Amino acid sequence: MLSVRNIAVKLNTWRPLLSCVRNASSFVFQPEDASSVGLQGAETNKLNLFQSLTNAMDIAMGSDPSAVIFGEDVAFGGVFRCTLGLADKYGKDRVFNTPLCEQGIAGFGIGLAAAGATAIAEIQFADYIFPAFDQIVNEAAKYRYRSGNLFDCGKLTIRTPCGAVGHGALYHSQSPEAYFAHTPGLKVVIPRSPIQAKGLLLSCIRDPNPAIFLEPKVLYRSAVEEVPVEDYEIPLSKAEVIIKGSDITLVGWGTQVHILKEVANMVKEKLGASCEVIDLRTILPWDYETVVESVKKTGRLVVSHEAPVTSGFGAEIASTIQEQCFLSLESPIQRVCGLDTPFPHIFEPFYIPDKWRCFDAVKKTLEF
Amino acid sequence: MAASLARRAASTLWRNHLCMRSSNFGVHRTSVYLPIQKRLCSTEDIPLFPGSKSSYTSKLNMMRPDEDGIAVYRIMDKSGDIINKDEFPNDLQQSEIVHMYRNMVLLSTMDKIMYDSQRQGRISFYMTNYGEEATHFGSAAALDAGDLAFGQYREAGVLLYRGFTLDDFMNQCYANVLDAGKGKQMPVHYGSRNLNFVTISSPLATQMPQASGAAYALKRRGDGKCVICYFGDGAASEGDAHAAFNFAATLSAPIIFFCRNNGYAISTPTSEQYKGDGIASRGAGYGMVSVRVDGNDIFAVYVATKEARRIALEENKPVLVEAMTYRVGHHSTSDDWSAYRSADEVSHWDQIDHPIIRLRLYLQKQGLWNDELESQLKKDCRKDVMNAMKKAEKIQKPNLYEIFTDVYDDMPQILKDQQRQLEEHLHNYKNEYPVDRFQS
Repeated sequence: MLSVRNIAVKLNTWRPLLSCVRNASSFVFQPEDASSVGLQGAETNKLNLFQSLTNAMDIAMGSDPSAVIFGEDVAFGGVFRCTLGLADKYGKDRVFNTPLCEQGIAGFGIGLAAAGATAIAEIQFADYIFPAFDQIVNEAAKYRYRSGNLFDCGKLTIRTPCGAVGHGALYHSQSPEAYFAHTPGLKVVIPRSPIQAKGLLLSCIRDPNPAIFLEPKVLYRSAVEEVPVEDYEIPLSKAEVIIKGSDITLVGWGTQVHILKEVANMVKEKLGASCEVIDLRTILPWDYETVVESVKKTGRLVVSHEAPVTSGFGAEIASTIQEQCFLSLESPIQRVCGLDTPFPHIFEPFYIPDKWRCFDAVKKTLEF
Repeated sequence: MAASLARRAASTLWRNHLCMRSSNFGVHRTSVYLPIQKRLCSTEDIPLFPGSKSSYTSKLNMMRPDEDGIAVYRIMDKSGDIINKDEFPNDLQQSEIVHMYRNMVLLSTMDKIMYDSQRQGRISFYMTNYGEEATHFGSAAALDAGDLAFGQYREAGVLLYRGFTLDDFMNQCYANVLDAGKGKQMPVHYGSRNLNFVTISSPLATQMPQASGAAYALKRRGDGKCVICYFGDGAASEGDAHAAFNFAATLSAPIIFFCRNNGYAISTPTSEQYKGDGIASRGAGYGMVSVRVDGNDIFAVYVATKEARRIALEENKPVLVEAMTYRVGHHSTSDDWSAYRSADEVSHWDQIDHPIIRLRLYLQKQGLWNDELESQLKKDCRKDVMNAMKKAEKIQKPNLYEIFTDVYDDMPQILKDQQRQLEEHLHNYKNEYPVDRFQS
């Protein structure tokens, strides 16, 4: 069992700049194995999150000669090393830097995809995706619909690091999934681990719809698993019940799934109750049927995400679940989320939905 | 002290190492542009900044933009006479030129009838192409049918040239069941996969970086096709235009950026749109080959576009063509130009420097056209357009459940649920909705 905090202590003694642990608000990353994706006994490699993404892109590039990877600084390997070695392997015409212009990256990617090439675009930080918002929302999402299916940009995938990292503050910590969840025509996907990331990214790349793939940056180095070597995909729009339980449903995505897993253990120990933990995995279109089924069984729901609570994606989940599970609910649905502020620097431990806030919400819900 | 000596020694060693690797070891002459190895080896004191191409100057020179603008290339004058026969595109057959003329008049006729049909409440919206017909036909004729075209919204002539039929235009404007776009968009948002014309979208300039990306894909495919991207003087102010130019140039994309500078963005004249010398002057800033042409001279547009295409494909680079023209009509049926410009100004472009008039004068002088042919053409065009319009008007709208199709490649559960809810609602409130206009 890997303790992220232990890794941070080791790193801090000799490479302070590379510490990407959220100190006071730390969590434990528990690796899963290949059986979690039905590949028990498969050949695996020990990979962290960014390496599993490189592996996924390597497979995509190798199996699809039209595929290209582009964005700021991807040629040398990327600021998070996600594209390490790919320019050498596939050539500069297939893995290349673009000028510093997110609206250009998105627009260029849409055009590549519309012309039939598989386009894997990188936006360096999700915080910088907003100049590309018009291209993504007004163009990519609507390309097929508005043309009566004469044209589409389904071969476009936009990858971008997101989420709290301990010191990222306003512009290196955001989780913008809610903005894009409001746009029919897009797919929005976020993995919790290396094994999940590889399968989900390959699905996004091959899915015939434009997709935004959010990568929790705090997990890039710290999440390590034995990742199956083979080419495998994980279906989109399918949530996963990763811990079965009977008293309350906890829904999250990305890094937050690991906090919720810890909370489930805390609840079992301290309150003697059993939590069902669901990783949503795809934010849009989201798998409401799995969550409905769970809440009809447990009667209680807590949703947790790092993004600010007001109009965060938790609001959509809460609204749909109260509508579809009204008579099953034993207590109001709780959302444990970021505060309604920009993402602060020094105050991060108080801003994010850490395990104590989540635990407290579960406790209140159980005691309602 | 020792450390700084060591550093200097190291940098000299490094410089010598690079110099010895260069084949021009010991270059003494300074050139305005030398490759980096030669610049490092030069004994002259020249700027060595990354990307440096120039020399130093000790005289402060605050560069003021040129007073003279880039010259406007034309082959034919306003009276239809050919100014320089050497420039005339002899590869254009006479029959082809006449055919283009006929289609320009057809376009103009369709515009008049469709504009009026909006006024009569028959369609919801329309945009005319008056005064810009030569920019459409001249450029379209210079391309290959397989070249991918991205437009803004005032390029109907490109579609007409390529073979979009009157029925195709009408069906889209009437949003009926035969509309290839399945009734999803406002009128004039045409698209055609067969004719390699990407469906129009309302946001301005968004097509531009997409066109750059498409051109990159075509370059990698290697079948000798390029992209043409049309946009206006107003759209050129959008950030997407800057992005498109920069990406196409840095990534060596075979694309023609074709600007229809028609003097207005709705009510905003170009004097309020930019301060520099139009759009052509911006090309140099991106390292792009650029040209400015008389957009009302179909031959100049043809020749410039043809050459732009050659350069784009042979040299894998973007070429910027700025076609100067004038928007004779209103911006759209939601606009009335009399609120911001004078009838005198417009009449010059409507009666004198008009692409159809100039081409007609040329054809008449060549003995290829006369008043009788003109009058017959106008009658035929009017008849054909009216017939197509009446036909399109009678056709039913698409099945109303098309509302849910093509959001994704297949329908997600949420939309299946919503479709069921809509079906139920319409079953209960059928009389409140125009259900009968839609194909069942």
